[in-house]
Amino acid sequence: MKLPEQVTRLGTVIGAIVAIVLLLRFVVLPDSFFSATPHQAATVEREMAKPIRHAGVAACRDCHAEQFDLKYGGRHRNIGCENCHGPAAGHVAEPEAEASMPPLPREREKCLACHAYDSSRPNGFPQVDPKEHRPNKKCVSCHDPHDPVPPKAPQDCAGCHGRIQQTKALSTHASVACLACHVVDERHMTEPRLALPTKPDSREVCGRCHAAGSGDPDASSRVVDLAAHGGTYVCWECHYAHLPEGRK
Amino acid sequence: MNKREFLKDAILFFPAASVLPSLVAEAVANAEEGPATTGYDAAKHWYGMGIDVGKCIGCNRCVEACKAENDVPDEPFYFRTWIERYRIHSDGEVEVECISTRSAPPEQAEPEDPTVVRTFFVPKLCNQCAHPPCVQVCPVGATFQTQDGVVLVDATRCIGCRYCIQACPYGARYLNPKTKTADKCTFCYHRITEGLLPACVEVCPTEARIFGDLDAHADRLVRFHRVNEISVLKPDLNTEPKVLYARLDGEVR
Repeated sequence: MKLPEQVTRLGTVIGAIVAIVLLLRFVVLPDSFFSATPHQAATVEREMAKPIRHAGVAACRDCHAEQFDLKYGGRHRNIGCENCHGPAAGHVAEPEAEASMPPLPREREKCLACHAYDSSRPNGFPQVDPKEHRPNKKCVSCHDPHDPVPPKAPQDCAGCHGRIQQTKALSTHASVACLACHVVDERHMTEPRLALPTKPDSREVCGRCHAAGSGDPDASSRVVDLAAHGGTYVCWECHYAHLPEGRK
Repeated sequence: MNKREFLKDAILFFPAASVLPSLVAEAVANAEEGPATTGYDAAKHWYGMGIDVGKCIGCNRCVEACKAENDVPDEPFYFRTWIERYRIHSDGEVEVECISTRSAPPEQAEPEDPTVVRTFFVPKLCNQCAHPPCVQVCPVGATFQTQDGVVLVDATRCIGCRYCIQACPYGARYLNPKTKTADKCTFCYHRITEGLLPACVEVCPTEARIFGDLDAHADRLVRFHRVNEISVLKPDLNTEPKVLYARLDGEVR
């Protein structure tokens, strides 16, 4: 059987088109044409070209060395300038421009964002109860935000550890001083995290009052036999020394 | 157009098309060279972030700085980074609350709940996984990992199908209502390639966040990794997060 002529012609044209497409796909066009690399490179370039809004501490230091040095010597040393003064890249580019002048926040809310009491904040972080602590005064009228030394340095531990102090004050340990159990380096007052106070590492510390025959003047002390009670554990691993009678 | 004209045009077209491959090759070569402006070499870095949960005070400054730096919409439910408050009760119940959705801290301190055993803040952000699930599921290849380990979104290719938002086990992505494309933390790619810190790290008042290069010999993050006991979120998923947490409570998901 002979094919009609138009079928052969059409077949030739279709064959030619297929051949050209295959040639383009596998011979002419390079493999990289089908890779995503160029698109990704374009995205990376686009990301890198985005405007920088926060200039960084180093840029602030170039002009404001005095404030920087003051801050660097104090307890706010690790806080970037733009934490309080806002993104300042525009100010670095045009220092005189009025529009990009960084704000000088004086409202209480700015300080209280970090320093209002919140039970989830880490232990020892300086916090105040905003309702109790001079409610109508601006923080900056007593504390210099660049060098925030409390007007009266925390003489006792409650300055920072108020919650523990309150708990202890209501407990049978109310008359026991913090330093009776904790050894506190002087440095802990200025750099709390670099010199942590100790916890008793032996049972003898509690034993000074609670061991049988310790001769504790306060007869109310619960007396136990250190050798027989509690195995090898240190006392505070089971008893909460700031509220020894326990919660509820 | 008659047959004669068509054939004439076709004969002219094919020689012209032969310059196409050289044009393509040139474009690809340009793209692969990368931006010629900076001396930045992505292959030399492998970025990560360290978060010390024991230092976070939940002040939300990182969230504000991130929004300012990256044009994240102001509505309090779009985040590239956010902070969660965990409360663990004595009966084992774990209460998680995103405190970044609040516009202002509450007027009155919440009454102390005696059943709370532990409570703390956990900053969260894109974990920049070494094996990112979001990249696998993208149907158009719009999201990818750069050589320095940052997962980026190509907003010109993204079709806004939200597959990646579903796939992310950490809930780190959102659909940007302005561009209608997926958006996420880039570690402030425009800053880190200039040698600056990401905005959240720049403003963190307690150094709870540490940014660095996991491949470097001497780096703050490498030291952080060495001296702390490190956990990552959802390690069982084998996503290999590059956001490393120190002092992370076992209840954190």
